[in-house]
Amino acid sequence: MSPHLQVWRWHVTMLTSILHRVTGAGLYGAGLIVAAWAVALGSGPEAYGAFMDLLGSPLGKLVMFAISLALFYHLANGVRHLIWDAGHGLDLKSANSSAYAVFGFTIAATLAIWVIAFMAGVV
Amino acid sequence: MVQLTLPKNSVPKGGKHYPAPAGSSGKTKTFKVYRYDPDKGVNPSWDTYDVDTSLCGPMVLDVLIYIKTHMDPTLTFRRSCREGICGSCAMNIAGRNTLACIHGHDDCPSDKIMISPLPHMPVVKDLVPDLTLFYAQYASVEPWLKTETPEPQKEWKQSPEDRAKLDGLYECILCACCSTSCPSYWWNQEKYLGPAALLHAYRWIIDSRDEDTGARLDDLEDPFKLYRCHTIMNCAQVCPKGLNPAQAIAEIKKILVERVV
Repeated sequence: MSPHLQVWRWHVTMLTSILHRVTGAGLYGAGLIVAAWAVALGSGPEAYGAFMDLLGSPLGKLVMFAISLALFYHLANGVRHLIWDAGHGLDLKSANSSAYAVFGFTIAATLAIWVIAFMAGVV
Repeated sequence: MVQLTLPKNSVPKGGKHYPAPAGSSGKTKTFKVYRYDPDKGVNPSWDTYDVDTSLCGPMVLDVLIYIKTHMDPTLTFRRSCREGICGSCAMNIAGRNTLACIHGHDDCPSDKIMISPLPHMPVVKDLVPDLTLFYAQYASVEPWLKTETPEPQKEWKQSPEDRAKLDGLYECILCACCSTSCPSYWWNQEKYLGPAALLHAYRWIIDSRDEDTGARLDDLEDPFKLYRCHTIMNCAQVCPKGLNPAQAIAEIKKILVERVV
């Protein structure tokens, strides 16, 4: 079999595609965390306190940051897919520039939500 | 199935080095070429050729022909028209699929240029991939005019507007650059038709003269044949004719939705 990933020089659209898959799978894990939060909430103040301490730990914050990044990426790229499914923006120029727009939105939205969280004193 | 690494017996190992002859000009570039000989019973290798590019033409195919003529006659590759219309010399050059005859070595991102066969395909020898499956997939979309109404006295007529719908589709030369650039095709080529075959399927679906549109669409309504396209867009990125199979596939998906709702 001839070399494939071993030699391929990536295009930005290839990167956005695999990131959509990866963040989508990762968000299943995020869904579990939300479910665990609901379970902790229903299990009384002690369990909820312990759960919130865990989320507030440096590792917890890192995980939350990653989830916010994945969520905004998946959201933006999902909209891109919707536009494609309607038959628009599939020419190379649009597909490439919308890829960069998705990256831009992801970074801006993630930073914005964390700045808001800091200013509100949640984090 | 997704397999990110190469099978053990396909991993390139070692390789020879062919230095440029003494007295070469400063325009030497290094070409790292995939070599595989089924008769040797050993793994493929990367051979490197230092080529004085002032001695050959501007295209990568010119370099390959120079290597074969002056450095190593055992190097095997397909080529024919040398003007981008036959599709024979499709290969992976510096990490992208393209036609060697219309890709300049000056257009590669560095002076160390890797050349390998079209990706994720069985290799016949060196840069020659086995395209049997690819052609069978093309045949499976039945790429010919199918009609039920009696044949007209002269030709099947088509308005200029309907004819214009075939632009950007009929130009395909079946070089396989697109299909073998597609990760979905890499992982599922037994079931997914791939960009080239689907572009041709669309070409016949929207042909105003064709009367088998329903059956053509039925044939593609399948979890794998069509819907393994995830809009990765590698097909359109590499097409040496500037066509856009991803767009054609999206249009087929749209038609399939429209006929239900």
